[in-house]
Amino acid sequence: MNIRESLIAIIVLSICVIWALADGAAAQQGIGSALRLMTPLLLACLAGLYSERAGVFDIGLEGKMLMAAFTAASVAYLTGSAWLGLAAGIAGSLSLSLIHGLASITFMGNQLISGVAINFLASGLTVLIGQNAFGLGGRTPSLTGAGRFQPITLPLADALRDVPVLGPIYSGLISGQTILVYVAFAMVPITWWVLFRTRFGLRLRAVGENPASVDTAGVSVTRLRYTAVAICGILCGIAGAYLATGLSAGFVKEMTAGRGFIALAALIFAKWRPWQALFATFLFGLLEAIANLYPNLDLGIVVVPSMFMNALPYILTVVILAGFVGRAIPPRAGGEPYVKER
Amino acid sequence: MTTASDMLGGRSDTAAPAAIELRGISKAFGAVQANRDISLSVPRGTIHGIIGENGAGKSTLMSILYGFYKPDAGQILVGGQPISISDSQTAIRAGIGMVFQHFKLVQNFTVLENIILGVEDGALLRPSLSKARGVLKQLAAEYQLNVDPDEVVENLSVGHQQRVEILKALYRQADILILDEPTGVLTPAEADHLFRILKGLRDEGKTIILITHKLREIMEITDNVSVMRRGEMVASVRTAETSPEQLAELMVGRKVLLSVDKQPARPQAPVLEVRGLTMVDIDGVERLRGIDLDIRAGEILGIAGVSGNGQTQLLEILGGYPEKGAKVSGDVQLNGAPLPLSGRGCDAGQRRRDGVGHIPEDRQVEGLIMDFTAWENVAFGWHDAPEFNKGWLMDNDAIRRDAQAKMERFDVRPRDCHLAARNFSGGNQQKIVVAREIERNPDLLLIGQPTRGVDIGAIEFIHKQIVALRDAGKAILLVSVELDEILALSDRVAVMFDGRIMGERLPGQTTTGELGLLMAGITDTQNTPAEAGIPPETTHDMPEGRA
Repeated sequence: MNIRESLIAIIVLSICVIWALADGAAAQQGIGSALRLMTPLLLACLAGLYSERAGVFDIGLEGKMLMAAFTAASVAYLTGSAWLGLAAGIAGSLSLSLIHGLASITFMGNQLISGVAINFLASGLTVLIGQNAFGLGGRTPSLTGAGRFQPITLPLADALRDVPVLGPIYSGLISGQTILVYVAFAMVPITWWVLFRTRFGLRLRAVGENPASVDTAGVSVTRLRYTAVAICGILCGIAGAYLATGLSAGFVKEMTAGRGFIALAALIFAKWRPWQALFATFLFGLLEAIANLYPNLDLGIVVVPSMFMNALPYILTVVILAGFVGRAIPPRAGGEPYVKER
Repeated sequence: MTTASDMLGGRSDTAAPAAIELRGISKAFGAVQANRDISLSVPRGTIHGIIGENGAGKSTLMSILYGFYKPDAGQILVGGQPISISDSQTAIRAGIGMVFQHFKLVQNFTVLENIILGVEDGALLRPSLSKARGVLKQLAAEYQLNVDPDEVVENLSVGHQQRVEILKALYRQADILILDEPTGVLTPAEADHLFRILKGLRDEGKTIILITHKLREIMEITDNVSVMRRGEMVASVRTAETSPEQLAELMVGRKVLLSVDKQPARPQAPVLEVRGLTMVDIDGVERLRGIDLDIRAGEILGIAGVSGNGQTQLLEILGGYPEKGAKVSGDVQLNGAPLPLSGRGCDAGQRRRDGVGHIPEDRQVEGLIMDFTAWENVAFGWHDAPEFNKGWLMDNDAIRRDAQAKMERFDVRPRDCHLAARNFSGGNQQKIVVAREIERNPDLLLIGQPTRGVDIGAIEFIHKQIVALRDAGKAILLVSVELDEILALSDRVAVMFDGRIMGERLPGQTTTGELGLLMAGITDTQNTPAEAGIPPETTHDMPEGRA
């Protein structure tokens, strides 16, 4: 972490603390909402991290999440099982990953074009199949009961509820989330450990920096990149399933609403590192939560209109992508198909 | 690692099979025969040099040994056992290690991480890293290969990065080490250190194959040397029994003697004057070290030399497009006016307007756009000329008429200006470039390898055009690796070696042997008639000890 990053982190955390001191209940509600809203972003961001660290740029995170949300909601509705929905979500996302892999690894195509195509494909296909199957204008029927992931109460949550400071944080924020939220947060240390402590991680990072070094070491560049793209597909699948069966109760047309692109911005903000990704996506989640909680934020002097509040995450995305966060150096071989030189 | 070396016991006895042996290796890329029926035997515990010009097929051969390419025919034996090297993994297992010209290192990894990449001992990194740390310490002590194992590679000097590559190979238990042009990016001190390391490795029983186009290196450290030319292995000799002169001749080769009909030159006023031209490339390597040249109107100055000794850089700078990131200094005057060497006014378009034509060394990359038609290619560089434009629109009909006429005069076949450049033969492609440059009547024409890959008929035609331009009173700088071409066309011959002009000779008063020595970087200090003929005012600023 450099100085700039630490500074931003301190500012955001102090805002949270001040908020909690000023209005405890509202802060608890807002930050809890932020945790839920950041979950799909975090999963998608980590998904992109695996793919891009391996040298395959992926702007199709959005499309994969959308497809996963749709297949998850459909299967969860038809079977009544959120778990089967999750499996279907992962399958839907993985199938698009495979297309991306074929286009950009096997056929050495342009990764951006392939990603754009996947986004369009998912956007069209979900509505088309949805309308055909359910006749609700692209929506899936609402999910109830076991069709959705339910909040989990962690052990001791009730006992600790009245302990000052610890109570609201543990019982109010940490406990009472769905399993997929915990999965998303657990993925952060896991990803860090995989990337920096295992053989697979070493090779994954190497193939995104200099695939020739991996190739001359006798390791298959193609297999490594496919593995990374597949992991990306699985994580996007979980993210999409969470959107449709955890955060909401069913699939709605274009329900990802640019989250895939926000996740990409967060990935750049985090400079392709997992812990920083956690922080970056929290920032986006927090902005979205604040916009939901205070549609018209009254700052005393002026009232910030709701349109502006809702636009905040997207404005931050633009600011980040315009390079206001310092130089973000992507993996050096990113975006380029590996061709053995003569 | 040490045990493996100890078992070999240094130099081999005569009965032992060769460390590596090639039998009849051939490899073609499309129509280009990169390797033709190559046979080679490298005894264990020796340093074997493979020398040849750029494009002679050395790197292809080594890539075959490392499993990057499959040979079309032939057999490889390692330690007497035939093996089929289908990928790098097989090569590594057979004990072959490769240090590529362009390092295959991950720049933001530490030295240790780079070393274990691909040969980790288990799924977790920690044990592999600590094992590698131990082995590295041992190797460093044994072979003077000191590198900080925890330093990130991008912070290392080029010489240290190369050591990491060597350590990588040794860590993989390589017994045969192949180095491809290892000194190209090194300073002389780093190169000397490298040679000490290589000698140490040989004395421990390792076999080393050194690929280079530098004769000095071959003479300095190899035991045996093989010469490659145009995809063929033309000779294999003991280094002690050969001479740089002989090797230079073998590398360049003797072709059918060319003869060009030309009258003695009648040089007039100086057109190009180059003083102290120096160029340091982006890696900090000095490519040109104080070049002094004069070319007068109506004469051809030929630059001979083994390719890779700075000729390309000289042409690029004079042509107005020095390599990216290069630092160029010195004084260049064209018709008495200074020619900018960087910044504004130093671009290829401006050079053309200043009257410098350029037939570049690589016509397929610099001379033509292969997928564009002949008429488009004929207009390039002059596409903004008034006769090719109507207002702010291009006058394509005028360009086509002009192209058709040029193709007529230069006998380009087929005479169809709508054909893509790619669809012409090498000789006819070159004629398109030559027509474009010569017909503009430049004061100075830069020519690089005018007849590389060109059939004999076109060679004759192109040579005639060059001489005709000279007789029209133009100055010509001719760079060629074909010694016969240089001798046939030039009025004066300058020999380049290692970024310097080693000396000037008159074609009628020199021998290929003498030029071969100069091309190998060997000169005697006595003045020759040609050097003595240089006007006195230019001799005083020649650097000391340039011999």
